Amino acid sequence: MRLRSSHGFLARPWVWSYLGALLVWLAAIAFTHGYGAGGMLTAGLALAVFSVITGVAQMFVITLGPGNVDLSLPANIGLASAVAMKVMNGSDAMIAAGLVASLASGVGVGLANYLLIWLLRIPPIIATLSASFILQSVGISYGRGLQIKPPRGFADFTTAQLAGIPLLAIGTVIFTYGIAILLHRTIYGRSVLAIGQNARAAWLAGIAVERVRCATYVLSGALGGICGALLAGYFRGSSLEIGDEYLLTSIALVVIGGTSVSGGNANVAGLWGAALFLVLLLTMLNTFGVSAGVRLLVTGLVIIGVITAAGGQKTGSLR
Amino acid sequence: MNPVFYQTTARIPSAIIRTPGRFLRTALPALSLGLVVLGIAWLNPRAISYFGLNLMLNLGVPVALATIAQMFVITVNDLDLSIGTFVSFVGCVAATWLRDAPPLGVIILFGAICVYATVGAVIYLRSVPSIVVTLGMLFVWQGLAILILPKPGGKAPVWLHDFMNLRTPYLPFPIITALAIAALVHIGLMRTSYGAILRGAGGNPNAMARAGWSLLKTKVVMFTLAGIFGVLAGLALIGLTTSADANIGKGYTLLSIAGVILGGGEFVGGRVSPVGAVIGALTLTLAGSLLNFMRISPDWQVGAQGAILIVVLAARAVINRAERRLR
Repeated sequence: MRLRSSHGFLARPWVWSYLGALLVWLAAIAFTHGYGAGGMLTAGLALAVFSVITGVAQMFVITLGPGNVDLSLPANIGLASAVAMKVMNGSDAMIAAGLVASLASGVGVGLANYLLIWLLRIPPIIATLSASFILQSVGISYGRGLQIKPPRGFADFTTAQLAGIPLLAIGTVIFTYGIAILLHRTIYGRSVLAIGQNARAAWLAGIAVERVRCATYVLSGALGGICGALLAGYFRGSSLEIGDEYLLTSIALVVIGGTSVSGGNANVAGLWGAALFLVLLLTMLNTFGVSAGVRLLVTGLVIIGVITAAGGQKTGSLR
Repeated sequence: MNPVFYQTTARIPSAIIRTPGRFLRTALPALSLGLVVLGIAWLNPRAISYFGLNLMLNLGVPVALATIAQMFVITVNDLDLSIGTFVSFVGCVAATWLRDAPPLGVIILFGAICVYATVGAVIYLRSVPSIVVTLGMLFVWQGLAILILPKPGGKAPVWLHDFMNLRTPYLPFPIITALAIAALVHIGLMRTSYGAILRGAGGNPNAMARAGWSLLKTKVVMFTLAGIFGVLAGLALIGLTTSADANIGKGYTLLSIAGVILGGGEFVGGRVSPVGAVIGALTLTLAGSLLNFMRISPDWQVGAQGAILIVVLAARAVINRAERRLR
């Protein structure tokens, strides 16, 4: 990022995601003649939080280099949401325990993913795919008939606002700032970037490649777990499908946000821009009153349009 | 790995003799299918009958077709995340337009295949990652499917329903179809010279380009083939279910990837096996029936598919490691 600053402000791909977000927001406001402009932003920020958390998880994994992607995120989120609700069991006193349980569930998933990759020497995409198959079943079996509402305090926390800004969004902005520091200023973060650029060179340079990879999959799992708990609080209950949209959203965020899909170059700031862009795009389409089908169609075309316009590097694909 | 891998198909028989590990790897998909069938036969001998096999395997036909579609894409080192919603889209078209206005339905399906070809061209020309482009297409096909059929419904064309429910002599229809698909694709991709070039475009694209072959063309050909088999998968599925739903193909994306891998295909390098892919698809389909007979809750069906995948991959890893130790 720093190296490329000589190309000027607009050459940074993630700037466009913020511009896009602004543009769709303005279009939505223009349609409603300014009515509900603030409300749209508030709702947009609240929903963007979940996308950003999963986006951060996916960003770290994808940055590890070609072939790395976490397909188990949706199943992980669904399971963690059920775990959190079951442990909390509607009681305010158990909120912390529930959050820890969902975190532990996520960490477990991350570890399982890494173990599969390491033991079977299979591409991560396959390992996380098979893990997600099993997780789905565990989730179905564990969460069957689960109709537990989140504790009042937790539900209120996930929807609380400070001067029109969701508390969760403020927390997540601080969190992503910490993530940016983790990525660019710590040995771990630099190692992830180095491995993504050239795993063999990183290994020769003495980086504990396997340990860093393990930590990254655990981090991704943990973030998925927390996201599951928060989603269950925000939507007033857990469900297995609660995380379904976040597989695609997280990958789309990473790409639109300017992170290199072939690894080795991550961008934290772009995640927020991309998340706001996608969420506000949906808000705009909703205010236009289009049907669900058109909404999906436009979302898809926008993702393709953005990636095609940006173009890729001449070397490397995701795998 | 082993340089033998890069030799042409003509040399394979001698290679098999030379490396038992390779033979085991090739036999692994068939072995896993055999084990699942044996398990079913042991638990419920009556299931292994004309009628029983027909019932257990008929949903394997669309899965096998979708798996082959995915395999074409994987051959050129790409991944198609949109095949599942594409199958849904085709299903919705089949249950509406193809029945009510056949010419229009055919034109739409033809157009859809052209879109697939375009996706391949875009991926190559803009050198963008396939999973992102097909991710976008996932939304596009899903959106179109919902626009066509907002609520589950429609009805399969009579000819399609009749075809998918054919009573063939001796062997049940799904088995004959699976054999036909496997044979057709095997001959096309593994036994023809252009098939070797298509696989080469995945194995060593730079070498193929230097040798004067158009990588754009191979990419477009593979995506077109994926589109064609995706259409066939959607049609087969609707012929069996008789009505459609915008989410009918939802699980097919992950199933098709799992099927290709289970069948011995590898993710990069153009190493795929059409016969293995079909076997992989059938194994995944039968896993559900096996669970049923074991009186295990259907909750665990997806989990069992994952477990089979892991067990097969683990076996492959063990073979690879033993082979390395021997050398």
